Amino acid sequence: MRYLPLTDADRSAMLATIGASSIDDLFVDVPEAARLDGPIEGLPLHLSEMAVERHMRQLAARNIAAGDGPFFLGAGAYRHHVPASVDHLIQRGEFLTAYTPYQPEIAQGTLQMLFEFQTQVARLYGCAVANASMYDGSTACWEAIGMAGRITRRNLALLHDGLHPHYVSVIRTMARFTGDSIADRAPSLDAQADDATLLADIAANRPSCVVVQYPDILGRIPDLPRIAEAAHAAGALLIVVNTEPVALGALAAPGDLGADIVVGEGQALGVGLQFGGPYLGLFAVRDPKHVRQMPGRLCGETVDAEGKRGFVLTLSTREQHIRREKATSNICTNSGLCALAFSIHLTLLGEKGLRALAAENHRLACRAADELGAVPGVRVINQTFFNEFTLEVPGDARELVRRLADKGVLAGVSLGRLYPDEPQLARGMVVAVTETTSEDDIAAFAAALKEELA
Amino acid sequence: MSAPNASGWKPTAPQANDEAGPATTTGNRALMLEEKLIFEIGGSETTGVDLPEPRGDAPHRLGAQLRTGEIGLPGLSEPEAVRHYTRLSRQNYAIDLGLFPLGSCTMKHNPRLNEKVARMPGFLDCHPLAPVHTVQGALAVIHELGEWLKALTGMPAVAMSPKAGAHGELCGILAIRAALEARGDARQVILCPESAHGTNPATAAFAGYKVEDIPATAEGRVDLAALKARLGPDVAGVMITNPNTCGLFERDFREIADAVHAAGGLVYCDGANFNAIVGRVRPGDLGVDAMHINLHKTFSTPHGGGGPGSGPVVFSEALAPFAPLPFVEKLASGEYRLVEEETAEDHHARSFGRMTAFHGQMGMFTRALTYILSHGADGLRQVAEDAVLNANYILRSLDDVLDAPFGLSGPCMHEALFSDKGFAGGLTTLDLAKGMIDEGFHPMTMYFPLVVHGAMLVEPTETESKAALDQFVTAMRSLAERARAGDETLKQAPYYAPRRRLDETLAARKPVLAWHAPAAPAGMPTLSEQGGS
Repeated sequence: MRYLPLTDADRSAMLATIGASSIDDLFVDVPEAARLDGPIEGLPLHLSEMAVERHMRQLAARNIAAGDGPFFLGAGAYRHHVPASVDHLIQRGEFLTAYTPYQPEIAQGTLQMLFEFQTQVARLYGCAVANASMYDGSTACWEAIGMAGRITRRNLALLHDGLHPHYVSVIRTMARFTGDSIADRAPSLDAQADDATLLADIAANRPSCVVVQYPDILGRIPDLPRIAEAAHAAGALLIVVNTEPVALGALAAPGDLGADIVVGEGQALGVGLQFGGPYLGLFAVRDPKHVRQMPGRLCGETVDAEGKRGFVLTLSTREQHIRREKATSNICTNSGLCALAFSIHLTLLGEKGLRALAAENHRLACRAADELGAVPGVRVINQTFFNEFTLEVPGDARELVRRLADKGVLAGVSLGRLYPDEPQLARGMVVAVTETTSEDDIAAFAAALKEELA
Repeated sequence: MSAPNASGWKPTAPQANDEAGPATTTGNRALMLEEKLIFEIGGSETTGVDLPEPRGDAPHRLGAQLRTGEIGLPGLSEPEAVRHYTRLSRQNYAIDLGLFPLGSCTMKHNPRLNEKVARMPGFLDCHPLAPVHTVQGALAVIHELGEWLKALTGMPAVAMSPKAGAHGELCGILAIRAALEARGDARQVILCPESAHGTNPATAAFAGYKVEDIPATAEGRVDLAALKARLGPDVAGVMITNPNTCGLFERDFREIADAVHAAGGLVYCDGANFNAIVGRVRPGDLGVDAMHINLHKTFSTPHGGGGPGSGPVVFSEALAPFAPLPFVEKLASGEYRLVEEETAEDHHARSFGRMTAFHGQMGMFTRALTYILSHGADGLRQVAEDAVLNANYILRSLDDVLDAPFGLSGPCMHEALFSDKGFAGGLTTLDLAKGMIDEGFHPMTMYFPLVVHGAMLVEPTETESKAALDQFVTAMRSLAERARAGDETLKQAPYYAPRRRLDETLAARKPVLAWHAPAAPAGMPTLSEQGGS
């Protein structure tokens, strides 16, 4: 076994040191009925590196990768170009095979990186403090609702109709067990979300928080200042959810528009699609006084015994290993390596690169909206969007997406898949365009769509 | 100066530091390079990515909420970025550098084939909402790994989506609550041993349960009689780690499970320590109803400086119907089907819901499956045996110089537990741990489990050679003797790390959680000062 250094001679010598006659002596506390005599029957035995790689390559070949053809899928996970150096750097063993920086004297690499990451996220979001990351956007969103409940001592969360339905699903699942109340509605295929109803709900209830996705699931850009004003007038916190951080290179930071807590999915920078995980939950607060109610790890600056600047995990009295059942969250790991990838990618982009990347995404998305919207029978519902918009097509979009995939175009995410219980959305399809989309891809999509609908 | 230290690598006497030569202008010491923050070295005009220059007057459909003013993000060119992060990386300890005996964390070698496989375009560049017929390979990975986990645990069902161990615990507890509610049973209490991981009580509380402690016996195991006495119609279940956090196998687990079941409760097993028994014991044979498996522990996916983890949960028949969405099914045709909201209504109506936006940690699934296939059923059994052998070797090589509170309770499993009993001169577990840093080792888990004073939990894992263990033992013996002799110099350790002891009290009292530009003299704005919020 190539990963096991002990030889049989080592094992014998070690058993002798221990005073055991065989390895079985070390498992004496396992009740006899539960002991397995040998390798579990029916399972394969060990394989060479070459054989394993061959098997896994065969499985990988059964997927159509995003790079195999024109690709327009988004809805919470975005394909962006990741610079080659990002993957090289995160594979350095000192990052890859380190653990949570419990011993800060020999973990300054991870800690300084986290401090930089927290600062980058805080600035991108227009917030005072960001944590060291969460599992993903959807779980960060639920944690934000829990935090708003602790701060306001209320337990009703109002969800904007443009919040990702899978995020809504996660929230509803958790709320069922915590006893929080959730009010949510599905969107309609309109140019703007139904803010009037939301504003009326805010005024008529005592919500702990209002949760708004920016840009929303249909790609629309909600009017945050207006919702913030209503939420604050009702004594509620505004939670803004962002699933595409590149958008914040072109759009104002949520914290600057009145958001109290900003959470999001950081996958778009550095992490890659990876069929949905691991991803990167981002979590930030505008007002530093809310820090002690935050979930997750926090890295802070301090000095060492010689007065040199250094970094440590801090404010851990909020966390489960100290507070146990009174902790702000049960979270233990964060998404460290994904945070590193995000931070490196954002450092390579910098201010200038992020703005240019956002502009290029938006330029190509506008072009795609124009070309696809010109296909007979197809309507772009959005007045506003960043790099993602919604098409209304004649007939069931789920079926259309399948047929286009057979033509080699991964065309978008059908709303029928995301909202199976909402027949009025069945004709909707969310289309994402990034800098990895070429003008030829857009033309190929438009041509295939025209052909299918003819 | 030239006398080798206990592990034979470096001068050991702290006073050697005084002979280290003159201070340098840069603050660097040869390969030990200081590195500033990106905010201190980057600029708003610098970038490491080539992109088209945006046209300022380009028409847009972004609406009214446009970004104005600076974000405050520094950029670095590629050579600067590579150097920055490479320098940072060198300030980290890692498995790749040496033995990392962090108890309960299973810091084993991370095979590089796993990394190669996870980066195959068919896995890496694959969208979670792609049409199901275009991602059959991804679904096959989820299914195949799930089948392995079921077979290795002897459990009939698995939920793959939990993102980490604590998320897996939550998945298991929510399934228990859903199952109890389905039979109209509103039980309120979850019992956890005092020695439990902090995530256990935090998880149970998060799921709306009241948490009560179960006492331990003097030999470090769950007190069966006390547990039985506490069972009743208000107890929803127990959360027990097995092997437990004292490094011992819970001999009475089957009897505990039977008693809990007889009282109408359900049994959650924290599988953090599965590495000790994989291939030798199936938790399903012990009466477990739900158990999470940390793929980043037992199945070698990288810890990455604190995540991402991955925490699939195996379920008994009693809990299987309540497993969360989405999940993968293999059809008779050999095709794979994804059961999610769209298809669940007719099929899995009792699912307790959804735990995450997508399918879980696919990037960890490919790595874990690669690891499992590399080992096979025979290799995995050898993993458990070598992990347990290594831990017992350490226990018996140190128990004459370090107090092993449960050393008489029989062999340990994958980790050896020591206490600070016998340390003199006010020296603590922390001091010994910092001394280990100077000896070139990552310290063991300190002060956990809480039931042992000054606990030191040492988990060597199976991927350490005997030579590495011997070197570790030699260093530990020397440190233990210094601690017992009250060697004052340990109180200032580490001496040779990139930083001396850090002031954690200051960090918590005056939190600085983001970088802010220092105030510049009037009229002299610095490049890095712009922006921010």
